[in-house]
Amino acid sequence: MAQSNKPIVWGPFAAGGTLTAFLTPALILLTLLAGLGHVPELLAYEALRAFASHGLVKLGLGVVIFLSLWSAAHRLRITCYDLGVRADTLVATLVYAVAIAGTLAAAVYLLRLPAA
Amino acid sequence: MAEQVTRKPYLRELPRTLWFLRHPRYVRYMAREFSCFFIGAYTLMLVLGLKRLAEGPEAYAGFLEALASPGAIVFHLFALAFSAYHSITWFRLTPKAMPVQLGENFLPDGVIAGAHYAGWALVSLVVLWLAGAF
Amino acid sequence: MSERRVELDVLRYNPETDRTPHFQRYSVTCREEWVVLDALNHVKETVDPTLAYRWSCHMAVCGSCGMMINGEPKLACKSFLRDYPGVIRVEPLAHFPVERDLVTVIDDFIAKLTRVKPYLIPKEAKPIEAGEYRQTPAQLKRYKQFTLCINCMLCYAACPEYGMIPKFMGPAAISLAHRWNQDSRDGGRAERQEEIAATEGVWECSFTGACSEVCPEHVDPAAALQRVKIKSTIDWYLAHTMPWLNK
Repeated sequence: MAQSNKPIVWGPFAAGGTLTAFLTPALILLTLLAGLGHVPELLAYEALRAFASHGLVKLGLGVVIFLSLWSAAHRLRITCYDLGVRADTLVATLVYAVAIAGTLAAAVYLLRLPAA
Repeated sequence: MAEQVTRKPYLRELPRTLWFLRHPRYVRYMAREFSCFFIGAYTLMLVLGLKRLAEGPEAYAGFLEALASPGAIVFHLFALAFSAYHSITWFRLTPKAMPVQLGENFLPDGVIAGAHYAGWALVSLVVLWLAGAF
Repeated sequence: MSERRVELDVLRYNPETDRTPHFQRYSVTCREEWVVLDALNHVKETVDPTLAYRWSCHMAVCGSCGMMINGEPKLACKSFLRDYPGVIRVEPLAHFPVERDLVTVIDDFIAKLTRVKPYLIPKEAKPIEAGEYRQTPAQLKRYKQFTLCINCMLCYAACPEYGMIPKFMGPAAISLAHRWNQDSRDGGRAERQEEIAATEGVWECSFTGACSEVCPEHVDPAAALQRVKIKSTIDWYLAHTMPWLNK
């Protein structure tokens, strides 16, 4: 039997699982506060635009979005199998495609950010 | 001569979808795995936020307004609960994935998981502080 | 010594006469301190000599008497009757075909165990005169926990992925491969990787963790499988980004 290429998809899953474990609850708290009327300073339009226009921040946001979407996609693929959906190749293609499309969209929006 | 032995192995079928109801540990597992739905959906929502940010102040104000809708608040509460459950379960399993052997003995599981929990708390506080949440 | 009235619902299957298995109720008087295996032996001796099940050591060492007790994979010799109020449901280990009554067909596990080469493949062969392979206490401790596996297959009965994907190599076989890979005297990792780093090796594991919860010897197979995944992933990325490392 040959060694599997699963590490290609599992590597970013493990990295994303770790990243989202550290980061996602705090991010959710931020937008929840905004929704409750207490908008954190950084989420004001001008502050966020200025913050996200920095090159390294763009890269960081892109990486966070890719790893978060990828790890969610990979887990969703396994959950579908666990719930009895046996068309694994179809499910995998679909969820990974959404993760990649979401990342590409985020990259485009980040590059389109208006300068000050 | 030996007597003929009948072999007709019987394979018991398992429920295809609701197998996890047979024990609480499998329900907890499915809850852990289901956290990915909220983390994924929330991240897509952030991508939408970036889109609105790139479109200008009015579009972004509309995004912030949408965050205040009851549906968005309920979604956030579920997302917060499931993502916190993901963090708790993920860090609880770190001693299994990354044991540390110092000399002869392994670091106790509690130390490795505890360090991760502390790091999680620190990261969360720093993010909230940097974002000016308090 | 006090006595205890025990009712057992035992799954029966006779391949010569039955199309499907069915439960049979036995009511027996047992001793308070007996285990489920004692109750089964008592049934076989006094009520129904046709009842079939495996057992040998009666002390949680041989790994023969694994069965589902009230739906949980357990060693019958380690399950005390006093811990089970009410009728006790006894079934053959889940996920394995039933040969007869509580006896399962274990050929699949045995074949997988054989494939991972669970024995020392010396790093360097040396003649007996050259002496023993020496090992420090720290090197021993690195893998000792994984030597405690008794091949009882409770972890396979607990693993939902094995139930869904019978080709999955499964917890015990991969843990034993890991045990030898972690051994400082061993040089067989590359051979074992061919089996355990294959798609049907470790990659069908979704870290449910049930294997470690039911293991009667506290081997923690889930931990072994996670480490195999991480190591195999590092191997893969090194081999594909730094091909000059490949021999």
